[in-house]
Amino acid sequence: MGARVITITSGKGGVGKTTATANLSAALASLNQRVACIDADIGLRNLDVVMGLENRIVYDLVDVVEGRCKLRQAMVKDKRVPDLYLLPAAQTRDKTAISPQDMVVVTNQLRDDFDLILIDSPAGIEWGFRNALAPADEVVVITNPEVSAVRDADRIIGLVEAEDRHVPVSLVINRVKPEMVRRGDMLSVDDVMDILAIRLLGVIPEDEMILISSNRGAPLVLDNERSLAGEAFLNIARRLTGEKVPLLRLEQKGGFLRRLSRMFGSSNAMPGE
Amino acid sequence: MDDSITLKGIKDGLLVTIRSEGKWSDMAGRLAAIIDSQGEFFRGARVTLALGDRDVRRGELASVQALLAQRGVTLTGIVSESASTGGSARKLGLRTGLSIADLIDPHEAPTQPLKPPPIDSEERGTQGVLVRRTLRNGRTVHSAGHVVVLGDVNAGAVVTAVGDVIVWGRLRGTVHAGVEGDESAVVCALDLSPTQLRIAGYLTISPDERRGRPRPEKALVRNGRIEAETWE
Repeated sequence: MGARVITITSGKGGVGKTTATANLSAALASLNQRVACIDADIGLRNLDVVMGLENRIVYDLVDVVEGRCKLRQAMVKDKRVPDLYLLPAAQTRDKTAISPQDMVVVTNQLRDDFDLILIDSPAGIEWGFRNALAPADEVVVITNPEVSAVRDADRIIGLVEAEDRHVPVSLVINRVKPEMVRRGDMLSVDDVMDILAIRLLGVIPEDEMILISSNRGAPLVLDNERSLAGEAFLNIARRLTGEKVPLLRLEQKGGFLRRLSRMFGSSNAMPGE
Repeated sequence: MDDSITLKGIKDGLLVTIRSEGKWSDMAGRLAAIIDSQGEFFRGARVTLALGDRDVRRGELASVQALLAQRGVTLTGIVSESASTGGSARKLGLRTGLSIADLIDPHEAPTQPLKPPPIDSEERGTQGVLVRRTLRNGRTVHSAGHVVVLGDVNAGAVVTAVGDVIVWGRLRGTVHAGVEGDESAVVCALDLSPTQLRIAGYLTISPDERRGRPRPEKALVRNGRIEAETWE
């Protein structure tokens, strides 16, 4: 059987795919899962930077596919969590350097040694997306509560659903600002779910700690002093392992985010089903 | 194919059904030929004859019994709706009063699904395409007839039809009914909020303001423009 392959994608760029991949990978590894993450964004690699592993890269995905090194030589071990590895993208090539079939071959070689393989998909719906989708057992679509991001998520979900093989899709809504939602200036979780109508895996609040941790190359979920966003990522990771975790309550009160782990509402009651 | 004589395995041997209305001797000859063509396969078999409502005389039945016996096959009984045939059989010591339902093993799966009786379609109707899923952004459907969607049509999806478009769900995408100029084409949806709606050469867009609770509506061309009315 081996590892489950989860592809993280969005259609639209800049919604937080790479941040989500880095944080979910670290969170899953902290839950004692053996995790490999693969950066499928050939030519625009970022996952290594966000994970703080850029300076440890010797070989990359294209080197593996073109036979210049063994797969294990290209796997970069995380500096903070055991059992977390990164297969970096090539920076000097473009997406056509690898094919969907190559991705299937590479992930199949990793399946025996890991519990979960997360693939960070490039933006768009072309070659790079096809590469990232080919080996997927599941797809997690990241979107933001804005109309254009939701439209692109809808497009991506439609493309995944049109695959001959049945690939389950779930949704993460990133960068939600509860205060703006309350004022009616931002799509609510319910608004997004009304349009996309798929399984909701989690909701991540907008949090400047995300940007700070990305720049530092230190995924938020591994901080001792956890932010709400870090907690939300950890909850998603636990849901991915099959645990039932209620949605975080993101309401703002008195100018401060309240950390309440209560049910958000029965219609959004979640995972594991 | 000749189905005047058919054979079927039953609980107790074989059921041989005779549908032929022709001469008894011809039928007997064909039955003999079928058995002979299978070599030793029937030797030792016990056979029940199903004769429908045909009146069969005792002599005729006896000739078939003898013909079967020559081939090592025992005639054990008959299924018949004819009183005179039943009488003939009883005089030969054959089992009567059987029905086909008694003979067939109830646990045996039917070899063919039951075909519904033919119905003459009185309404002419027209052809169309049925889509049983939500059409997401970027998906397209076209039909030379009608299009029926069981699901939503999301913004960015495009549905075109030479005839009508029916959406059993929310219509938010772009829809064009009567693409080849049929102004009698209609567009119906449980929630009619298309990005753009066209019928034949007419075009309309949904009002920006939502009008409260969605209700089923039908759009059609009337008085030279597209109007929406409650879909009843």
